[in-house]
Amino acid sequence: MSMNVVTFTIDGVEVKSAPDKTILQAADDVGIYIPRLCYLKDLPPGGHCRVCTVKVNGRPVNACTYPVAEGIVVENNTEELHSLRRNIIEMLFVEGNHFCPSCEVAGKCELQALAYRLALLTPQMPYLYAQKELDATHPDVYLDRNRCVLCGRCVRASIYLDKKNVFGFENRGISMRISVNSNDGLKDTNLTKDDKSMSVCPTGCLVVKRQGFTIPVGKRPYDKKPIGSEIETKTVNS
Amino acid sequence: MSTKTAGRKIVINPVTRVEGHGKVTILLDEKGNVQQTRFHIIEFRGFERFVQGRFYWEAPTIVQRLCGICPVSHHLCAAKTTDMIVGAKTLTPTAEKMRRLMHYGQTLQSHALHFFHLCSPDLLFGFDAPVEQRNVIGVIKADPETAKKAVLLRKYGQEIIKATAGKKVHGTGAIPGGINKNLTIEERDIFLKDIDTILQWSIEALELCKKIVKEKLEFFLNFGAFDSNHLSIVRKDGCLDLYDGLLRAKTADGEIIFDMVKPEDYLDYIAEEVRPWSYMKFPFIRSLGKEKGWYRVGPLARINNCDFIDTPLAEKERQELMSLSGGKPINASMAYHWTRMIEMLHSAEKIKDLLNDSDLQGTNLITQGTKQKRGVAWIEAPRGTLFHHYEINDNDQIVLANLIVSTTNNNEPMNQVVNVLAKDYLQGKSEITEGLLNTIEVGIRAYDPCLSCATHALGQMPLHVQVINHKGEVVNELSRK
Repeated sequence: MSMNVVTFTIDGVEVKSAPDKTILQAADDVGIYIPRLCYLKDLPPGGHCRVCTVKVNGRPVNACTYPVAEGIVVENNTEELHSLRRNIIEMLFVEGNHFCPSCEVAGKCELQALAYRLALLTPQMPYLYAQKELDATHPDVYLDRNRCVLCGRCVRASIYLDKKNVFGFENRGISMRISVNSNDGLKDTNLTKDDKSMSVCPTGCLVVKRQGFTIPVGKRPYDKKPIGSEIETKTVNS
Repeated sequence: MSTKTAGRKIVINPVTRVEGHGKVTILLDEKGNVQQTRFHIIEFRGFERFVQGRFYWEAPTIVQRLCGICPVSHHLCAAKTTDMIVGAKTLTPTAEKMRRLMHYGQTLQSHALHFFHLCSPDLLFGFDAPVEQRNVIGVIKADPETAKKAVLLRKYGQEIIKATAGKKVHGTGAIPGGINKNLTIEERDIFLKDIDTILQWSIEALELCKKIVKEKLEFFLNFGAFDSNHLSIVRKDGCLDLYDGLLRAKTADGEIIFDMVKPEDYLDYIAEEVRPWSYMKFPFIRSLGKEKGWYRVGPLARINNCDFIDTPLAEKERQELMSLSGGKPINASMAYHWTRMIEMLHSAEKIKDLLNDSDLQGTNLITQGTKQKRGVAWIEAPRGTLFHHYEINDNDQIVLANLIVSTTNNNEPMNQVVNVLAKDYLQGKSEITEGLLNTIEVGIRAYDPCLSCATHALGQMPLHVQVINHKGEVVNELSRK
């Protein structure tokens, strides 16, 4: 065993990784896709969504926050875990107001793409039809909380990439919502449409205005290939 | 509706082989005379309300969801409205022609669907033919070759829609100020390979329609006939134009009521009446008032209103049809079928012309200008003139939406045709048969109503008919499941 490499298995496949990586990063490096929603490369992990749940030595953990270790046995591509992930995605769908047929990010939405990948056909849980606010006050961007999955990517991107602190969370539990750092909506923040935080939203919650539907059906990121295929095209242990 | 009427009430609920959900009530007095007829629209959609608060660029994609039959009309009309909002007064040639191609593809498939799938069973087998035969399956059994052509005609139109809008149903091609894709050489060549066949089949469909009508010309000219005004858009030179133009209205005799009206002025000319027994409004021409201002829209009104058609085969057919009335408007409901088939041929000719136009391969797809807060546009949907009107706030959100849908425009004419046919065929009859009720439906079907989008249907469409005496007792009942 080298001090700079740890060896472990994911679904029986031997994986070698630097010791300072998380399971999800190590899996990405070798072309193994672990479904995720709140995780984004270039941002510190949030551990919010639990979609990347894997089992390590039989115990469920977040792949995005759990460090690799010598000899661990990781389960990822199992029906049990996919079922759990499907339940999470389903809860996100029924808690929000997601109308994919007329949503401008359909075809590039990670929530929608995960639902397709995990074969979520139609939610079995009751929809909440919660009243959510749409902040359209900013001249160039909008924040549609109907589509927010509370992943916190915009919060982290604003802090760590834009150094602005535009977004945050407020309230707890079912009342939790994304908030903006102003008393009068997005228009009174220092957010611009070119900020990094404007490109990280996995759904159609935080969107640049007046660009909807410019990409034709068939050319959108997930029209032809499922989410995760960009990782899976890598060769294992290459 | 109360059944305690002075006479008897006949209810056709729902009307079948139409798009959407409606019912007919016919009140007869004790002598069996028709007292009152109504064509009710009993579904409600409400799109005008729930686009409020959404962004204007979402309108073309949201609003089209109110229909699965001709969503392209709503998609394009909303896009044309948003063109006004983004200040795109003139689209690029590629954008304009891609949208036109989409629209002609839709008209082709919609007219083929209506004629073959919905109406040909009545025309081929008779209005009172056995119900087991009087449906599209009956057509397939009786004439598989024609049925196959009908299906493939639709398919061709749907593939055109997919190539221009991205999907066969509910695409996203038209966007504010233009289009999001062009037509590739590969796509073009696939369509070019079959367009002459499609043209030939469109001619055959028209010939079939003419043959049926000419065999009983007097009957068809008088069946459900009544005088009406006619409304449609026409090109500036009076040519038939299904995609864009200015509004023209004619009387039943062909006198111009108004002409060359611009979309933004529509409210000066058209108003809508609400009646408590239907979810569908009753539009009318303001200057003529509610009683006399109602009008027909759709293929018949368009052919009556235009001065000429700019494709040779369709123009020849238009001239032949209009010679029946000496060039004056035709006011026969069943002439809708004939005119619909002329338009299907016109659409096929237009598609051929467009496919040979290299502008479709252009890459300049979007234009914009000075933003406006109000946008109004119209288009000739397969079923008639369609109006979209949106107003937005400073945040780009829609604050007002008004849709006057093709079938809504034909609301009063459909009520009229029910009235005329009830008087001609049910008056004095002590027993109603399924065939007699279908006769009423044949009149409605001629208008190709799309009731879903007109009210902004779900489920099965059983027919339920009750004859109720003046005491409110059911004395005769028929149901079709």
